[in-house]
Amino acid sequence: MAVKTIAGVEVKVTDDGYLEDMTQWNKEIANEIAKELNIELTDKHFEVLNYLREKTIAKEALTIRSVGKSGIVDIKQLYELFPKGPLKFSSKIAGIPKPTSCI
Amino acid sequence: METKEKKPLEKVCIICAKGNLEDVYASLVMANGAVMEGIETNLFFTFFGLEGITKKSMNHLHTATTGNPAMKMPGGLPFPTMLGGLPGVESAVSSMMRKQMDELGMPPVDEFLEMITAGGGTIYACRLAVDMFKLTKADLSEEVKDIITIGEFYELCDGDRTQIIFT
Repeated sequence: MAVKTIAGVEVKVTDDGYLEDMTQWNKEIANEIAKELNIELTDKHFEVLNYLREKTIAKEALTIRSVGKSGIVDIKQLYELFPKGPLKFSSKIAGIPKPTSCI
Repeated sequence: METKEKKPLEKVCIICAKGNLEDVYASLVMANGAVMEGIETNLFFTFFGLEGITKKSMNHLHTATTGNPAMKMPGGLPFPTMLGGLPGVESAVSSMMRKQMDELGMPPVDEFLEMITAGGGTIYACRLAVDMFKLTKADLSEEVKDIITIGEFYELCDGDRTQIIFT
């Protein structure tokens, strides 16, 4: 665990760079983490991020399959929004824990 | 001096040569997992593995109830081999297993194949095995890109951070 300053805020992050406390998250933090991953966030990205955060609060397991059935994006679009890390990168940007699902 | 630099995988080429439910899913989970990690992924189906991409059979795969020493009864007692050979038992056990997998959020095979190609993974069928089982491209899932020879498959496996996985 480490403390990192993202978008002017001191946040606690894991060794992998995931936020320890998802309540510390805000849009500026999301933008800054996304920039590190070479992703420019659009409204569509935020729809996905908000969905992931809602599901995490509801303690539902996240898979790319469930995101694909969310009605927000299909799986192909999810890969387009978060290339090479549809669940890993989106979770990191959403300020939620590293995904534990295999699917 | 010892080098400690990490060299992440860049490409995996996965071969699925068996048509049991568990063997096909092992290949699918590994392939999908690789795609999700941003690893270039080729998935090659050969011999009985073709069951996993044949439209008619892919969503009805069976697990072996005879000759499978790991098979257990519900509750954990060993599954008697004699019982496994009775008509209908393999079918019933297999459908029960598919149901359990569904409850865990594992997609049926056709959807799993779509998930892999949606992320940029590529699926191939083996030329020799397709000919042997007298199949055509039309018998195979739409997600299958091509029917290729083993030589062509090896050509796809270039690169020094590439691994071939045989399940």
